[in-house]
Amino acid sequence: MLLKMKFNQQRRLRLAQGLWLLSWLALTCGAFIFCLGVYLKMELLRRSEVMDNTEIHVVPNILMMVGLVSIGTNWVAGRVCLDSLDPTRFPRWKIFLLVWFAVAAVICCLLIAVVVLAYALQGRLEESLKIGLRNGIRFYKDTDVPGRCFQKETIDRLQMQFRCCGNNNFKDWFEVQWVSNRYLDFTSKEVKDRIRSNVDGRYLMDGVPFSCCNPTSPRPCLQYHLTDNTAHYNYDYQTEELNLYTQGCRQALTDYYMGLMNSTGPGVLSVIIIQVSVILSLRYLQTAVEGAMALENPEDDSEGYILQKGVKETFEDVKTSVLDMLKFSQVDPTTSKGSPEAEDASSTPAN
Amino acid sequence: MPFMPVKFNLQKRVKLAQGLWMLYWLSVVVGIVIFSLGIYFKVELRKRSEMMDNNESHLVPNLLILVGLLACGVNGFGGKVCHDSLDPMKYAKWKPMLRPYLLSCCAFNALLLLTALLCFLMQFSVYLTLAEGLKNSIKFYKDTDTPGRCFMKRTLDMTQIEFRCCGNNNYRDWFEVQWISNRYLDMSNNEVKDRLLSNIEGKFLMDSVPFSCCNPGSPRPCIQHHLTNNSAHYDYDHRIEELNIWTRGCREALFSYYSSIMSSMGVLQQLFIIFYPFNHFSQYLSTALETMADPENPECESEGWLLEKGVKETLVEQFSKLKTLVKKPSQVQEGGDAPEA
Repeated sequence: MLLKMKFNQQRRLRLAQGLWLLSWLALTCGAFIFCLGVYLKMELLRRSEVMDNTEIHVVPNILMMVGLVSIGTNWVAGRVCLDSLDPTRFPRWKIFLLVWFAVAAVICCLLIAVVVLAYALQGRLEESLKIGLRNGIRFYKDTDVPGRCFQKETIDRLQMQFRCCGNNNFKDWFEVQWVSNRYLDFTSKEVKDRIRSNVDGRYLMDGVPFSCCNPTSPRPCLQYHLTDNTAHYNYDYQTEELNLYTQGCRQALTDYYMGLMNSTGPGVLSVIIIQVSVILSLRYLQTAVEGAMALENPEDDSEGYILQKGVKETFEDVKTSVLDMLKFSQVDPTTSKGSPEAEDASSTPAN
Repeated sequence: MPFMPVKFNLQKRVKLAQGLWMLYWLSVVVGIVIFSLGIYFKVELRKRSEMMDNNESHLVPNLLILVGLLACGVNGFGGKVCHDSLDPMKYAKWKPMLRPYLLSCCAFNALLLLTALLCFLMQFSVYLTLAEGLKNSIKFYKDTDTPGRCFMKRTLDMTQIEFRCCGNNNYRDWFEVQWISNRYLDMSNNEVKDRLLSNIEGKFLMDSVPFSCCNPGSPRPCIQHHLTNNSAHYDYDHRIEELNIWTRGCREALFSYYSSIMSSMGVLQQLFIIFYPFNHFSQYLSTALETMADPENPECESEGWLLEKGVKETLVEQFSKLKTLVKKPSQVQEGGDAPEA
């Protein structure tokens, strides 16, 4: 027996009560995980316009699913506790508990997977943001194209809220035409020169939109002719730091989302610990109560354990029973006598 | 003849005490809500105190904080008394404090009414403070090198971005002040010299606005400078252009924000006041417990009332008491009766 413990009636009662409280705590934790998943999903959906793919959504999706399932399983655990001290009602839970343990173990594994995924998907998130922002900047001027008319407003609000400019930095704006042709005077010589100055015939300039402006700059914002020191009085392009936001939006958004997921990390880990303690306590309660019911006097001492045999032996037992089930399902057509033999040979599963 | 008497047996007394206990604790929760609203309002005022020249009145949030705390205290005490009321031994120690307690409840009601009234009336003061403060903010926008005003630019920019507004009344307020500091003006430039000479005070005025006035919802990249000059920009008419910059003034925007906070707090307090006359029920409970025919037997019947005599007689009695108090303030009252509520 693995981790054996003696339980008298008083201790069994205490264990049932404590586990009932713990299961309600775990239920609230499940609700918390669900709300966390919903919040994360809302935040990701809000900025879905600058994300190219939705791979990162797997994290909040798993959180929401796990939250709901854990609310259900912990509620069941509470019911089992209530019935555990009544010998007439407890036996009906017997088979159900096997399923319960499997589901609870899956929940813990999924929660650990979520924590790992949150870190592992950072690279994919950055890639998605890079492509999404690049498109956003490219389509900034297309306020008359259906499906893209709000791109400008989205990018402007994004840059103002996250205090960032461009994809990697503000120079990304120099490489695209962000002023629509509708607002360019094609009869003007300056416009014609600029359009001819590059292969694609785009109106490129060393200017940025107003949303890149940094309000903490002591000087009114300089948006245009940024690389030309002579265009502005007392201005040096190389040393000017406060005029525009220096951070790129991809970095700002990645930091924001990573920060969100990191701050939820400790919460998820503590929920895992609570869930594991519920599993272990329920296992002890189950074995102790079953042991007590098997005795002549149900109020006597009984033993509670985690596994009936050692870890290795239990593993061997489970392996043989699974293999037998597989052998049984693969009926050999040539030897019809083979199947009854397989039936006899299959041993009852442990526990 | 008691005023509005009601007969009580044990069952009814127990129900009354339980109901009152619930109401008192509910009021404690409402008191906490009012307290936190007061703190929230105070923080909001402090955040934008630069916009209001740092002389905004903190009377309303301070009163709300005080009312919230008092509500918690008064109602908590009431709840405790209700809880003990059905146990004669515990109740005996609270008995002498009940009359002053009920009087203080009435005083608290009056304070609530006053605060609710102030919530609505002080909005005028906020409006005037905002008007004055914003005018100065716009004037000092360029003084980012003057100690005490270096953050005015940042605050005003952030306010215009957050509240989606421009200038005091509208964007033309920016045309009347010099909002670019002389440090960034090339005084040797002819254009600059012309502009400075064009007005009496020698200010560099122009028909432009800061970037924070720009509306991100405009389909066109923001036009900040030469706003009244149609020929300066392609396909631009300043009379019909609406989406380019925010058209609302910041005074109106900020005032509607603060007045919505203050109005909702006033309404919450009105609800609280309406909800409150259950201290009359406390009066029923206390009188019911006093008039128990046989104090040793908790199951006896008793009568509870609001006033021991009728309204008219009580008023006459109180008035005569007041008259004797005023006439002979120094003389000791003989056989002074305990005042009745």
